[in-house]
Amino acid sequence: MSETTIVEPKEPAIAAYLRMERMPHVWCPECGIGTAVKCFATALERRKIDLDKASIVSGIGCSGRAAGYMNLDGFHTTHGRAIPFATGLKLSRPELFVTVFSGDGDLAGIGGNHFIHAARRNVDLLVILINNFTYGMTGGQNAPTTPLSAKSSTMPFGNFEPPFNLPQLAASAGAPYVARWTALHVRQLVWTIEEAIGKKGFRLIEVIAPCPTLYARLNKLGSGLDQMRFYHDNAEIRNGADPRDVAIEFQQKIICGKFVDIDRPSYHELMHAHYRKVLGDKYVPMKPEGGWISDRSGGTP
Amino acid sequence: MKADPAGVLTGVHYLDGDFAAGEGAMAAGCRFVAGYPITPSTEVVERIARRFPTIGGMFIQMEDELASMAAVVGASWTGTKSMTVTSGPGFSLMMENIGLAAMMETPCVIVNVQRGGPSTGLPTMVGQGDMMQARWGSHGDYEIIALCPQSPQETFDLTIDAFNLAETYRVPVLLMMDECVGHMTEKVVIPPADRIEIVPRRLTSKPRGEFKPYQLNGNIVADFARAGDGYRFHTTGLTHDERGYPAMNVECQEQCVRRVTGKITHNADKIIRLDEDMTDGAEVVVVSYGITARVARMAVELARAEGVRAASLRLITAWPFPAARIRQLAMRVKAFVVPEINRGQMVLEVERCARGAADVISLPHYGGSVHDPAAIAQEIVKAAQ
Repeated sequence: MSETTIVEPKEPAIAAYLRMERMPHVWCPECGIGTAVKCFATALERRKIDLDKASIVSGIGCSGRAAGYMNLDGFHTTHGRAIPFATGLKLSRPELFVTVFSGDGDLAGIGGNHFIHAARRNVDLLVILINNFTYGMTGGQNAPTTPLSAKSSTMPFGNFEPPFNLPQLAASAGAPYVARWTALHVRQLVWTIEEAIGKKGFRLIEVIAPCPTLYARLNKLGSGLDQMRFYHDNAEIRNGADPRDVAIEFQQKIICGKFVDIDRPSYHELMHAHYRKVLGDKYVPMKPEGGWISDRSGGTP
Repeated sequence: MKADPAGVLTGVHYLDGDFAAGEGAMAAGCRFVAGYPITPSTEVVERIARRFPTIGGMFIQMEDELASMAAVVGASWTGTKSMTVTSGPGFSLMMENIGLAAMMETPCVIVNVQRGGPSTGLPTMVGQGDMMQARWGSHGDYEIIALCPQSPQETFDLTIDAFNLAETYRVPVLLMMDECVGHMTEKVVIPPADRIEIVPRRLTSKPRGEFKPYQLNGNIVADFARAGDGYRFHTTGLTHDERGYPAMNVECQEQCVRRVTGKITHNADKIIRLDEDMTDGAEVVVVSYGITARVARMAVELARAEGVRAASLRLITAWPFPAARIRQLAMRVKAFVVPEINRGQMVLEVERCARGAADVISLPHYGGSVHDPAAIAQEIVKAAQ
């Protein structure tokens, strides 16, 4: 006769990176966003990032909720404005490691202008963009990433608007680091985030993620697991591919990999070099710990 | 505490209002400014862009006003005093993120050098048509503070006050200038740094595990933790609890809205500043603000020369509105005359507070110039009869 012992489930190592008291999260079963969050947390762990100096900024939408689940300073901001909010954070306390984690509608739709300008300036931001081809939070409306002919709740007869090819958009705006994986490629995604953490400037990592509740349902693509199987069968790893050649068509091949990895001076590097050149000793840069003023040294416990 | 001398350009200057706003911000300790060019406000950031690299400040010209306001809110979460500057059309674009600042209780300053509207309106000419937008422009129930300078000197002084109020109440403070004040050049005295009192960010002294970003602990506003200090807090524009976590239910909604509005409404008496001239025993009181207050002063003198007991009440603080004082005056004066460079906005508040106890006469001006003082005087005389 065997005795049954109750074993308390062991808390995963990643728990320290998450606000476990907020679980369960809002995401649907089989959604790909949680996978990307875990990959991000894993990369932070592997890089031994000082979490006290790390901030995460999200906009609005399903992916926008990520800022609320990471155990970092987290900012859940307005729709489309995660990048400029993060820009303000980074520029006023340059020692921070700032990640923008948000969706395709948020960053490439309503926030598209900020996306290209941050890439142009090459602000030190790691941008993890979850692309599920739709507006999930509001009910599956057409996104600027919805592939041609795919159905959405606002294109019930199929989408006829050409979508953005986000790696191309970022690369042509000047982003020095651009990569794409699907939610299936968890190891590659972790490696890529790890690598991108070590780089400067505007780094875009696009993560293609299943939305079983809306995008897949409206397009009769089956479950989230079916979507993962589709990624397995149709993702093609092509590191160094020309970003112009990686556009996504409806249920066609998804080109993944690292497309851009070049050296380009970041906003801070350009600014410091320029002001030192023209102003010499008169240049007083923003302090790494920020431009705050306090009548006591307190604050840091 | 005293101002950081790095930002204080002590001396006697001949400055326009826009430059004075820039100097006021730097004296107040502002070290982050994000802006987008728009007439007639751009000179404020031009001044700052030139001086910031030598005083440890960071100016960035963003791609639009939405980005500018979002960047300012972000920057303020590092504890850095932050500001943006704009005029009507840009002010409209900032509204959503002003609401975010109000909801996240983020200290920041927004300067609006008002021009004629609506829409593109009169880019180079004066208006005061954004006064109600300042109060109500973002959606939902919230409170802000709005100040109205009438001269470059007062612009300098009130910009410092704006930053101090923003810190004290953790609220966006709007400096509602107008094109005339922005572009008029007058003497501005900038005192030494040790004569300028500034309010620093009040940082929490709680240990990390015990800190809750919206726990009041008996204060008007919660103590602050900066991004990067290890508190690992969360904040959101969603209705949130003391921990800053989304909590979308009826009770929390009420708590949250009461907190962001109550801190202003309960302290209105401390915040409100008025400039009253001869209101004791007056029969007609002219209520005005900004450049119009200077025109009104001349009108009051003209009316007094005709034997009318005219007085002036200048709104230094437009929001929160001095409801109690207007009500008090309404009980004993015959009339209020309210000239404004709009179709009549703050006059609605005067009317509301007078509750029929005194006549309230609106003197609208559609914008592009100031009132004719004689025309205001005529209305004062008529109101006294």
